[in-house]
Amino acid sequence: MILDQVVTGLLTGLIYGLLALGLSVIFGVMRIVNFAHGEMSVVAMYAAWAAARYLGLDPLLSLIPIAAIFFGAGYLLQRGLIQPFVSRPDYMQFILLISVALILTNGALLVFGPEARGIQVDYAFDSYEIGTFLIDKVRLLAAGAALTLTGLLLAFFRFTLTGKAIRAAADNRTGAQVIGLDIGKLYAVTFGIGTASLGAAGVLMALLNDAIPRLGPELTLLSFVIVIVGGLGSMTGALAGGVLIGVSEALAGTLLQPSLKSMFSFALLVLILLLRPQGLLGERS
Amino acid sequence: MGPKISRRQMVAGATAAVFAPALRLSAAAPLKVGLLLPLSGALAREGQSCKRGADVSTGVLAQLGLPIELTVADTETNIDTARTRAEKLIADGAQVLVGAFDSAHTMAVAQVCEQRGVPLIINIAAAPNITEQGFRTVFRNFPTAGRLTTDGLSLIKDLLSVTGLKVEKAAFLHNNDTFGQAMAGAIGKLAPGLELPFAIGETIAYDGAARDYAVEIGRAKASGADLVLMISHGEDAIKLIREMVKQRFEPKAIISPGSPGMYEAQFYKTLGKFGDYAITNLPWINPRAPLSKTLLAAFGKQFPDALFEMNVGFTFEAILIAADAARRAGSTASKGLLEALPMTNLSEHVMIGGPIAFDGKGQNNNIHSAAIQNRDSRPVVVLPNENAEMTPVLPMPGWQKR
Repeated sequence: MILDQVVTGLLTGLIYGLLALGLSVIFGVMRIVNFAHGEMSVVAMYAAWAAARYLGLDPLLSLIPIAAIFFGAGYLLQRGLIQPFVSRPDYMQFILLISVALILTNGALLVFGPEARGIQVDYAFDSYEIGTFLIDKVRLLAAGAALTLTGLLLAFFRFTLTGKAIRAAADNRTGAQVIGLDIGKLYAVTFGIGTASLGAAGVLMALLNDAIPRLGPELTLLSFVIVIVGGLGSMTGALAGGVLIGVSEALAGTLLQPSLKSMFSFALLVLILLLRPQGLLGERS
Repeated sequence: MGPKISRRQMVAGATAAVFAPALRLSAAAPLKVGLLLPLSGALAREGQSCKRGADVSTGVLAQLGLPIELTVADTETNIDTARTRAEKLIADGAQVLVGAFDSAHTMAVAQVCEQRGVPLIINIAAAPNITEQGFRTVFRNFPTAGRLTTDGLSLIKDLLSVTGLKVEKAAFLHNNDTFGQAMAGAIGKLAPGLELPFAIGETIAYDGAARDYAVEIGRAKASGADLVLMISHGEDAIKLIREMVKQRFEPKAIISPGSPGMYEAQFYKTLGKFGDYAITNLPWINPRAPLSKTLLAAFGKQFPDALFEMNVGFTFEAILIAADAARRAGSTASKGLLEALPMTNLSEHVMIGGPIAFDGKGQNNNIHSAAIQNRDSRPVVVLPNENAEMTPVLPMPGWQKR
């Protein structure tokens, strides 16, 4: 049973990792904390629900178009709203993004109402039996997609020119400007990538959870915990943090009390803050 | 051959006959009813469901010659708001208040009513202390929490006895919110005295807002339980059943001894065939009562997409009680209502149980729970026999055999 739960936690953690990756990418490059992160993910969940309901699209198929739309929306949001706040004090950025979060949550309430909206796929109740193991098919597919997307994202930052330029801008903004990089555009692309990443994670989350407006703040908090545990700004750290939180929640629920699951991840957060404030894979500033 | 009488005409005729004396009041001024419900905030879903019962009551009672004028106020799931809205309703001329779904809100409203000498008829609120305060103006047509739990557990025994199902060990899964904790506490106290024919093994308290319940169901399955007792509170019921299917956990029965979640529209819509055969024991509409048939027909017409549930029935009944008191008092004044309400003896009503009557504390003790089993994605009364629409099916068919 414990091994079953570890596998379940691992698969869930991979999706958590992709969710938190968006937050980490944006902070790592722009030094802006996206307080509307969870709320944006919930919008993606609703988009996946709408695509399934009105177009009959499986979330694994609507994943790419929704992520692309989210990239465009993130790009425009950064250009139109966030760019003027990049060099302003932290509290202004905080107020701005909290406002965005409130608008998104209340907009979702207005459009979709307070009722939960779930996606019904044909394989929703299927599981694979391997020996004594039972693996949830939906979770396995969603985790596989999350791992693939995370890999693609890491490859993008490592091997493409744009990815390298973004990393250069993150390492040394002034230096990047001196060599002629368009920082504003790179920031917009980064915000777009971060938004696409949380959008894709939102679509995958929609396979496991029903969309409901009040889920937004919870997902924001979860992402914060993951990136702080993994290391704020570190992409591999986000993935490691997600897996660690997923597995530790599963183990806490199995070995202690299930209602202690959330408390356990916060306890882990406190421990990391005390012993390694930069996070598991973060760099000391 | 005489003229044919349809079943609907028959039902309408029967209910009209029962309420024939009420027709005398039809020309009188309507009774001003102030209804307090949590229409927004955390209990909005339940409040909206109660409101549907009130919305349909105006027309049904008018047909019976019991005119009412309804004013609805939103408590916003907040005790202080409930109190101020009660004051406002009375100031605006409400002659009787009905409400307020939540026990804490109801207690606040009861204090206002007691001070102002205006009757309060409680639609839903289970805290026992509400009718233990010596209030003269409070009348509750809803069972207390202890009664709900005792009935809920006793019905499990009846279900096992009627179906001949033998179970040895139960896993008890309960939401760890206020409601879930209170129910779990009550079950812990009452179960030993009821001599249940099974042991309650693993007790699993879970977070109602958890994103999934893989661990919870994993533990229940590992415990070897063949019965699942469940105190859910809404969407958690869907996630728990979904996880049982995925983990191929096949209990012989899934029974709630009195909690929401497994008889709701969203539950049926999301789970489809996997939602069938789950059982909830709680007060329910009597499908055989003539007035119930009238109410169900009116409800179906006014809310074709909504599911008739307990909240609807009790809210309707609370307003019916007020209108009946006004009829008997021959007056809509609060004073007259307060004199008539203790003498209430309504044998024709909609919820399962004996005639609506109040004891010296203002509590109706004649309400009985029923066992509701999901069949073809709708709740069906399977016990007690005199109210049953179908016979209970236990053990449940396996998930893959449906």
